[in-house]
Amino acid sequence: MPSVAFKQYSDDVSLLVLLLDTNPLFWSNTSITFSQFLSHVLAFLNAVLGLNQLNQVIVIATGYSSCDYIYDSSLTSNHGNFERSGTGMPPLFASLLKKLEDFVTKDEELSREEGHEDRTPSCLLSGSLSMALCYIQRVFRSGHLHPQPRILCLQGSPDGPEQYVAVMNSIFSAQRLMVPIDSCYIGVQNSAFLQQASYITGGVHHTPKQLDGLFQYLTTIFATDLHSRGFVQLPKPIGVDFRASCFCHKKTIDMGYICSVCLSIFCEHHKKCSTCGSVFGQSKLDEASSVSDKKRKAPHT
Amino acid sequence: MSNQRKRLTGEREDEDDEDAEGIGEWERAYVDDRSWEELQEDESGLLRPIDNSAIYHAQYRRRLRMLSAAAAGTRIQKGLIRYLYIVIDFSRAAAEMDFRPSRIAVMAKHVEAFIREFFDQNPLSQIGLVSIKNGVAHTLTDLGGSPETHIKALMGKLEALGDSSLQNALELVNEHLSQVPSYGHREVLILYSALCTCDPGDIMETIQKCKKSKLRCSVIGLSAEMFICKHLCQETGGLYSVAVDEVHLKDLLLEHAPPPPAIAEFAIANLIKMGFPQRAAEGSMAICSCHKEVKIGAGYMCPRCKARVCDLPTECTICGLTLVSSPHLARSYHHLFPIAPFDEVPAFSSLNDSRRTLGKSCFGCQQSLIGTGNKPGPCVTCRKCKHYFCLDCDIYIHESLHNCPGCESIHRPKSVSLMEE
Repeated sequence: MPSVAFKQYSDDVSLLVLLLDTNPLFWSNTSITFSQFLSHVLAFLNAVLGLNQLNQVIVIATGYSSCDYIYDSSLTSNHGNFERSGTGMPPLFASLLKKLEDFVTKDEELSREEGHEDRTPSCLLSGSLSMALCYIQRVFRSGHLHPQPRILCLQGSPDGPEQYVAVMNSIFSAQRLMVPIDSCYIGVQNSAFLQQASYITGGVHHTPKQLDGLFQYLTTIFATDLHSRGFVQLPKPIGVDFRASCFCHKKTIDMGYICSVCLSIFCEHHKKCSTCGSVFGQSKLDEASSVSDKKRKAPHT
Repeated sequence: MSNQRKRLTGEREDEDDEDAEGIGEWERAYVDDRSWEELQEDESGLLRPIDNSAIYHAQYRRRLRMLSAAAAGTRIQKGLIRYLYIVIDFSRAAAEMDFRPSRIAVMAKHVEAFIREFFDQNPLSQIGLVSIKNGVAHTLTDLGGSPETHIKALMGKLEALGDSSLQNALELVNEHLSQVPSYGHREVLILYSALCTCDPGDIMETIQKCKKSKLRCSVIGLSAEMFICKHLCQETGGLYSVAVDEVHLKDLLLEHAPPPPAIAEFAIANLIKMGFPQRAAEGSMAICSCHKEVKIGAGYMCPRCKARVCDLPTECTICGLTLVSSPHLARSYHHLFPIAPFDEVPAFSSLNDSRRTLGKSCFGCQQSLIGTGNKPGPCVTCRKCKHYFCLDCDIYIHESLHNCPGCESIHRPKSVSLMEE
């Protein structure tokens, strides 16, 4: 890697980590095919690399059963790959396409091994977010001169509720590192995870209406580096819903009861917490000694 | 005399230029910083700077081992709703200058960092500040959830006078914390600089009173170890530590930020009624109940009484309902579902098959794990997903991220569905 001390680091050098959704369950029924989508994305990556000589791009694929690094623009093995690939794609990305193909076949094998379970057709967002944050942490460790990192999530799969805790952990860690998470959602329903991620970390969330013009959305909204965002009007967050859902009925509630031990949310008053088993209103000492009912304390209102 | 006064307020820059004591700036580096301590001898007797990263990682592993030994595989309950009083000793001893520029300045700086970290890790908890000055304990701020109020009150009054009284501080804190709801965990953190305590009565009685009201007292000493502090902490189940320098003081303080293991009898489990307000509509005008001013747009509406509040988490000033948003609750979930520590893989171990395929680079950051001379360098591995990680990722994952990238990248069965948005 050429010595950075000789180059002038301006404040608009960026490191973009792109989390690409390759979930086959989502791509099997969309208005745009995966290869058309890839051509938009590759043109966008070229645009980002062209904005500044020192920009870096990392691509991590988010699959159905696994996640992996696909492309790193700073590795010298990716440069000078000048044979034309048969499909007419720019030669710069020949290795990206090859690795992506290998990844998708491997992912498919893994999904087949696990069998058909009744599972929400979500991709492993928490896994790729965690990997992206580890990479960014490594960039921060490399010294004073480093590009400003940000994460862009290109996703169409719906949210998987089993990943809630892991995704929130990643979001809070990104907030502490001051790394914005931008999200471009191309699916059908709304993704609450991505909306919250962009809101909490200070990134941009957008749902493009016309997928044929995806390249235009990507370059006008998501290619802006962090320094220039102060001067550019980007879509503002509107009404992110931070209300919680109760554990018993899974409906969104305005007011609820929280267990003081495990922070589970209930919509009505219960005698016992279903998550941690604590009995409410009775101290543990009384519980051990008493058998019959004791006067229960009224809940704090 | 004027020199002494200057020292008390921490202004020492004038002395550098004056050369008044015959010490120039370049000599000060040897007198104050002790730069020879950063050198170490290697095997052949040559000097080299200390390899900080290996030491840092060894310290971190030791800490993790202690914590996991304490947890011993069972799910330890943690006190997530904490009511913490920070007692700062502003007696004469706090004006000592063994911490640069003075103990007060260092304490104030680190307490500010601690308050921010505390609210970051415990968003539903509250802090109050108490100071000891002239042998009397004063309440600087009442229990509250806004870090700015506390920091402003703390920075406003930084002066050291008089004696220190441990008993008065404990009595005051006990009185305040007796009014706290029963599901909260009551804690006190005392930053003690003095070497004695001037009490109006029997401090042993006060300690027994604290023990009976289930108050967990911890002390961080800045000068030397004292029996009375040790006794207090042992009786109430707290932690006693003495700081040797500024960096150590910061580490000791930040150790108290994550929730301590809860002693089950100390708090009664209870259902707390909380509201999840929605954002007020853009362009709506209302008088906010916290500042008593007209505000337009951004803000939240209490679901019970429809009053407008500016920030979350807070208690509605009109109806008293605790208002939070779901990310605030989510901040505490990693305390309830911690990840297991990774296993160390000894460096220079033989390259077995799995190491050869998976262990070439760190799974998290893709950094090469091959050390010098093509031999495998030190790394760690996760028990569940069997992926290899470098030492820096290990520290980052366990201290900040709380997710193992390897475990999150494999599909797990839906039975682990905990909660959804």
